[in-house]
Amino acid sequence: MTGLKRATQLLTTPFHARTSAANLQGRWGPWAGYRAALCFGDVDMEYTAIRNAASVYDLCPMVKYRFTGPDAEAYLDHLTVRNVAKLKPGSVHYTLWCDDEGKVLDDGTLLRHGPQEFLLSCQERHLPWMLDAATGYDVTIADVTTEIAALSLQGPTSAAVLRLAGWDVSDLRPFRMLKVDFGGAELTISRTGFTGDLGYELWTSADHALPLWDHLMAAGALHGIRPIGTDALNLARLDAGFLIANVDFIPADQALRHDRARSPFEIGLDWLIDWTKGHFNGRRALVAERAAGSEWAMVGLDIEGNVSAEGSILYLGKKKEVGYITSAAWSPSAKRSIALAQIRRPYHESADIWVEIYAQRELQYAKLMLKADQTARPFYEPARRRTTPPQAF
Amino acid sequence: MIYDAVIIGAGHNGLVAGSYLARAGMTVCVVEKNDWVGGAAVSRELHPGFTYSNCSYVSSLFRPEIMRDLELPRHGLQILPFEGGAVLTEDGDYLGMHRDHDANRREFARHSLRDSEAYDRYARDVQRHCRFIRPMLMRTPPDPARFRPRDVAELAWLARKMFELPEAQIAEMIRFWTMSISDYLDQYFENPVIKAYLAVSAIIGTALGPMSPGSAYVLLHHYMGDVDGNVGAWGFARGGMGAVTKALTASLQAAGGEVRMGSGVDRVLVSNGRATGVVLDNGDEIRGRRVISNMDVKRTFLKHVEEKELPGEFVDRVKKFKIRGSSGKLNIALDSAPVFPALPEGSTHIRGDLHFTDSIARMERAYDDWKSGTFSRDPFQDVMIPTMIDPTMTPPGKHFMSCFVQYAPPKIHGGEWTDADRDAFGKTCLDQLEAYSPGFKDRVLHVEVRTPRELEAEVGLTEGNIFQGELTFDQLLFNRPVPGYAQYRSPVKDLWICGSSTHPGGGVMGAPGRNAAAEILREAGQIKGMRDAYPVL
Repeated sequence: MTGLKRATQLLTTPFHARTSAANLQGRWGPWAGYRAALCFGDVDMEYTAIRNAASVYDLCPMVKYRFTGPDAEAYLDHLTVRNVAKLKPGSVHYTLWCDDEGKVLDDGTLLRHGPQEFLLSCQERHLPWMLDAATGYDVTIADVTTEIAALSLQGPTSAAVLRLAGWDVSDLRPFRMLKVDFGGAELTISRTGFTGDLGYELWTSADHALPLWDHLMAAGALHGIRPIGTDALNLARLDAGFLIANVDFIPADQALRHDRARSPFEIGLDWLIDWTKGHFNGRRALVAERAAGSEWAMVGLDIEGNVSAEGSILYLGKKKEVGYITSAAWSPSAKRSIALAQIRRPYHESADIWVEIYAQRELQYAKLMLKADQTARPFYEPARRRTTPPQAF
Repeated sequence: MIYDAVIIGAGHNGLVAGSYLARAGMTVCVVEKNDWVGGAAVSRELHPGFTYSNCSYVSSLFRPEIMRDLELPRHGLQILPFEGGAVLTEDGDYLGMHRDHDANRREFARHSLRDSEAYDRYARDVQRHCRFIRPMLMRTPPDPARFRPRDVAELAWLARKMFELPEAQIAEMIRFWTMSISDYLDQYFENPVIKAYLAVSAIIGTALGPMSPGSAYVLLHHYMGDVDGNVGAWGFARGGMGAVTKALTASLQAAGGEVRMGSGVDRVLVSNGRATGVVLDNGDEIRGRRVISNMDVKRTFLKHVEEKELPGEFVDRVKKFKIRGSSGKLNIALDSAPVFPALPEGSTHIRGDLHFTDSIARMERAYDDWKSGTFSRDPFQDVMIPTMIDPTMTPPGKHFMSCFVQYAPPKIHGGEWTDADRDAFGKTCLDQLEAYSPGFKDRVLHVEVRTPRELEAEVGLTEGNIFQGELTFDQLLFNRPVPGYAQYRSPVKDLWICGSSTHPGGGVMGAPGRNAAAEILREAGQIKGMRDAYPVL
């Protein structure tokens, strides 16, 4: 198999020659066995590139599975909660999948390349489970993680960068794909992303990675393009209210403590479920949960003050413990202290939720009890995210 | 002088019990037949300048609560986590282990892509079983046949723990406790090498094959320990496994306890149904208000207590307690580090456990030889070279290698082992090493070969069983060692048992000794200096 070397150290992605040259501080972190840039130099500048100009993020460590065959659609319809029959070739949708108890295994984006060809991009690995679920379906499943080089190009000038690169994306609507030629290889451009801003994801073969990087950087030189690391992306995704597996929820098949698994209702993603499409994995349990009610709720919080609430505990009326923060930050775009949180029902509807924050400042802690109001997600959503054709910036 | 406690055997459990009792204010004398302490946690210098781990060779089960209570770090105990490990396969390849999750997954993927991901679910499921069982290790099992308040409360605690689990997990747990490791691994994996590596923990020290029902539990027994909270991880005791009992001895002595070496116990003195002391082989008499035996249950009651002092049914059950030996050991002093050409140069695999049995089928065939009364012709070896990371055991550049070998029966074709049998056993193991590491024999300076015969004669383990009794479900919890006597007591008043024959069983765990001390102190009304098990969060 390609990429499966005997070496024990972290693998590098096909973009490594460029990302390592650009990483001024050597700030790397492990991501699914790859060396991933946490920050290239300055997290504030990188975040600003996402919201002001154009940013490039190396997506290669994302796990990618390819599904092909006459039953691929029916199989994926059975596997995931959303209606795959409604996903037209050339389209993408965000989806999730559950175990038999209706607990979430992972979320990801499903790209439909053709009537019988799909690509699923996600955070965690699921091969044995997917192979077992394929019994009785005429579908071939392949782990293509190492074959595909993927870059995320996000920001207000990203459409302009692509136009200068030679690809007109002015008609490309959100969650649609465009296939173009790049140096003899196929390049897929999808209007998707993890930033809640105008942006695109570019998918090509691993051997075209470096030319693609160079081509984009040249095209974007006058449009503020810069590589960004995981730290900046994480801030932008929180603005957008997106969840990350193993950060905002524990995948059901990884939960050591059985009470840590969550259903789609409990992480606020039940809107993805198509109840009319027929059976899908976990449906029976989810129907029962819909009738009986759920234990947890995922909420967006707007917290008073300007201190980030990461890792904090939530209280009802400053006393009764009712939940916990999964992700939090001061949002430079929303100018609010925002958080994703799990709250035990029915307290998720209470207006009396408080967060206890231990803020360390020069070794000493300031202990704060701050009011946390529920707020809509995304926490920040610029109109340019959906406008077609996109504006120049 | 009459001691508050006379302890028979300076193995780790005897020393743990003695240290707790001494710390609680009792006068304690530990009697040891050998000229050294340690029992099966022992390090001797059999070749000049080389310290061995003569019996047990790795540490994970030893309870951290005991280390803390008895201040073992202050008395010199250091546990070193290790990395690496590999199975070398017959075709010249290998399966290597890595502590890094993704590096390990990639290595597994080299053998089976599917299994590489299945490993995560397997590891989680085994962890779930560990989480259930760990809190039981430092508790006295309830006696389900009696209705004393403590037994009822303890049974209720067990039941509550059980019913906190989802239904599916209760079912899964009961299956796990009773099935074979081969069947268990088949639920997750397809690759024979991966299964062979993971099955190892289920056969170590056990007179079962990987296809025998009940072997899966033995795997759990080897996974439920930890090194500094890293559950399932194993480490070396710095200075060899004897460092554990050296530190325990120092702790005991610091608390005023005594150790008397060089003469074993001939018999336990019993008068009016109460133990009053021991008579040594050299004729000395040591008086005690209570006697605590760290010997296995068979040796204690069938060899050192007069049968007339014991109920017939008890004696019968002890006689039928399963304690079949299954293993032997080679301890090797090496002039230089061995080379295994299959392993990538500079890799860390050699720092961990190395195996040469690359399928469960081969493992089972090795067990077939044991069943037919002889040692395995193609044995399973668990090979470790602690000097890869421990600088204290040999001169620099020299190495000590510990080879744990299965299977070796307590008797050869029904007869006693002879020196010729032992040498043939040793040669079989060395030949296997030579096959995977050409030139190995030229590096050998000294070999200690131990069959069940040597283990019984020197360490005192009946039939050479390293766990003082097999770890099958019928001999666990309130049935260990025999029903009605799982609370460290015996039919003779003031005669206690504290070795691995008691709950929670074998391995250098210390929990039997600690639990026995807790019962003794509770009965004497002077329990102190003993912390509860760390909670499982």
